[in-house]
Parts: sequence; structure tokens; C-alpha cells
Amino acid sequence: MERVPILKIGDILLVSIQIDMSDQTAVTLQEDLAERIVATGCHGVIIDITALDIVDSFVGRMLSTIASISKVLDAETVVVGMRPAVAITLVELGLSLNGIRTALNVERGMELIAATRDDDLGYDDPEDVESGTAATSS
Amino acid sequence: MTAGVDLGPKTQAIGSDEDVVRVRQLVRTVAVAVKLSLVDQTKLVTAASELARNTLIYGGGGTAEVTVVEDGRRRGVRIVFADSGPGIVDLGLALTDGYTTGGGLGLGLSGSRRLVDDFDIQTAPGEGTRITITKWSR
Repeated sequence: MERVPILKIGDILLVSIQIDMSDQTAVTLQEDLAERIVATGCHGVIIDITALDIVDSFVGRMLSTIASISKVLDAETVVVGMRPAVAITLVELGLSLNGIRTALNVERGMELIAATRDDDLGYDDPEDVESGTAATSS
Repeated sequence: MTAGVDLGPKTQAIGSDEDVVRVRQLVRTVAVAVKLSLVDQTKLVTAASELARNTLIYGGGGTAEVTVVEDGRRRGVRIVFADSGPGIVDLGLALTDGYTTGGGLGLGLSGSRRLVDDFDIQTAPGEGTRITITKWSR
């Protein structure tokens, strides 16, 4: 069975899927990623599907599951590089990709993760920090 | 390029999830050879992936036969998925979005029907399932 490599870049894990995955390969990727998130303490996961010419319901579910698992492990997942034909087909198939955040490319994905982390930590709003109510209001 | 592609009928056995990958690759090759548009190729390969997985999981394995068809004006790709599994008891229910007996998303049958031009299913309890799909060039 082939395995999809997971690269660590700073605080982000980057997965670029370059092969036509069997279902078993997809499940293994899910498990490998969960382990790497915990082992590295990374707070972001970018899944690059530029090379995928289809996303069927199995891979779609894998992407949703990875997003949910990483959320529980305190990491944000962004799926990048979806081809237009893949997006059209996914919608017609009826797959909603629940809970998945998307960006056009890896660079935008990294920006999205950085922005999300800043929001969560309240870095953008010094006034709230002063008033002491920052943590609960948003 | 297409001159070198053999357009005769081809059969792929489906007995493992690696075979589901092979079905996708075979269907893609034929869809490109008959010059389906990129979106139509994507839809057909996605539908084939769903149905090949169904053949494996619910039918206990079977075959996919890929044929190039012509109706005078246009060409298309026809795929027959056949298994000798338990068959489908309630076809109406099986074709409903979200219904599954296998722990999936319940989009395989209903979703793939939306992705192709012609969809025919022959099944009876204890007599296996035979699904024929066709995608025509525009």
C-alpha cells in the first residue's frame, strides 16, 4: 500500500496528495495525521488536493473526518487547490464537506490558519484585553 | 494520441480496494479517448468510483466492463458493474440520498445517478446487482 507523506513546515503540517489513493491509503493518512498533530504540536493542517482529479464520497468523508479530528486536537484544517471540475462534481454528488475550510492555494491556506489562530488568541484586539472581558466576548 | 488507444470493451475485476483504483484509471483513459469534456470525465470517473466501491462492499466483488458506445451523432462511455451478491431488497430506499446499510454516506447510488446521463439498475434479492451507466459526449 502506498502512503501519503506529511511534511512539517513551521507550525503547519502540509499534506500534498499526489497519488490516486485506495480507500485503505486514505484511512491510513487519517491516522498518520492525527499522530503527527499530537507528536509535533502543530496548530494547522493544510491538505493540498491540486493533483486529485476526483474526490468521491469516501475521500470527501476522509477530509471531513480529518478536519474534525484535528479540531479536537487543537489544529485547524484547510483544504486547498480543489479543481473546478471536482467542485462541480462534488456538489452534484451531494457532498457538502461539512466543517471543511477551503482556500485557493497553499499560501492562502497558511494565511487563513494564521488569521484564525490570531483571532482565537485575541491578538488582534488589545482593547478587549485591557477591559478584561476579552475571553468571553467575541 | 487517441489513435494509439484501444477502444474495444475492457473488463476490470473488482476484488480489492486497489481494484477500485484500477477501475477509476481505466474509465479515465477511455473517457479521455472519446473526448468527454473535463467536467464530464470528472463526473463519470467519480460515479465509477462510487459504484465500483459498492460492487466491492455490498456485492462482495464483481466486475466493471467499460465499452465505447455510439448513437450516430455522438460517442459515449458505458460501464456495467455486475456482482453476484445479495442484491438490493428495497431499491427505492437504496436510491434515496443518505440511506446506507454499510456505514457510508449513502450517496453512492443516488449521487452517481445524478452524475451520468443514463442509469439502469437490475437487481433482486439473492440474485446480485447489475448497474449500467452511460455518459455521452456533448
